[in-house]
Amino acid sequence: MTKNEALFNYTLRLGDDSLILGQRLAEWCGHGPILEEDIAITNISLDLIGQATNLLNYAALIENKDRNADNIAFLRLEKEYCNILLVEQLNGDFGDTMMRQFLFDAFRKPLFEMLQFSKDKQLAAIAEKSLKETKYHLKHSSEWIIRLGDGTEESHQRVQNSLTNLWRYTDELFFTDESDTLLGELEIIPDFSKIKEVWSANVTAVFEQATLQIPANNWQFEGGRKGRHSEHMGYLLAELQYMQRAYPNMEW
Amino acid sequence: MTNKDWPLWEIFIRSKQGLNHKHVGSLRAADAEMAVENARDVYTRRSEGISIWVIESNNIHASDSSDADMLFEPSNTKVYRHPTFYDVPDGISHM
Repeated sequence: MTKNEALFNYTLRLGDDSLILGQRLAEWCGHGPILEEDIAITNISLDLIGQATNLLNYAALIENKDRNADNIAFLRLEKEYCNILLVEQLNGDFGDTMMRQFLFDAFRKPLFEMLQFSKDKQLAAIAEKSLKETKYHLKHSSEWIIRLGDGTEESHQRVQNSLTNLWRYTDELFFTDESDTLLGELEIIPDFSKIKEVWSANVTAVFEQATLQIPANNWQFEGGRKGRHSEHMGYLLAELQYMQRAYPNMEW
Repeated sequence: MTNKDWPLWEIFIRSKQGLNHKHVGSLRAADAEMAVENARDVYTRRSEGISIWVIESNNIHASDSSDADMLFEPSNTKVYRHPTFYDVPDGISHM
């Protein structure tokens, strides 16, 4: 594997995580539990789609094969998307959405903090810009997890169920293969075990404050990074891709 | 707990050039910290501000509008309270 192939894989993975979670959050538009939260969730969605645009543009540049960010975002088949399974999971109730967001944000913040010192200038710049947004996303989702967990009996029970269901998708946050090993050696990407340390400390502290229990059963799903997605992915892509498939090359 | 149980908060934003926080509206939130976050999302998404104050609406004590004649009308006839009878000396540019 060449450095460029590894860099393309890595950039595409980060871009796909942002794109698919951004698309999921956009489904809340007009359906938020309160007006303030409706705006907050769609703000976060737009931040993620902005990050996806930067990352997929860069992936297209690295690939150098006559594709742009739009082609990459809208015209791939399901198996060619390499986002983790966590981000494609259904929105569920508000607690499910906030739990998915918290588990993701708690990973993204240390990732961008370390990635901003990458030897790859473009990735470093994208990380620096995205970090400011991600810090706020994490604050927002943490505050909600604490209030839902340490709230009423019903909110506690429901968000505990969200944690129990979504915990199975968290190992994949730290998925690595030969691309990551190569880029790690070149000091282009940070060490995943260091990110995991920060992530674990952060989620443990927030769950303690929220009086939530990390499930004892640690059986984990994986497959998204390799293009093996859950049944929800096809429906998400149908909605995401509809306009480009129905009206090829349309612009707006 | 429904949205209606949440207290109402008055939101004050200071803009980049502004010297003081100005009232921009109100919203509901479970507590002060969430009120600040909600205010950030609702009232500063187009770069309107660099500082946010939130005050629980309960804590604001207002004048009674039915007392307006007593409170405010007497000053209408007291034009001498405006410093309009003085000549501003040359060279003073910001008055």
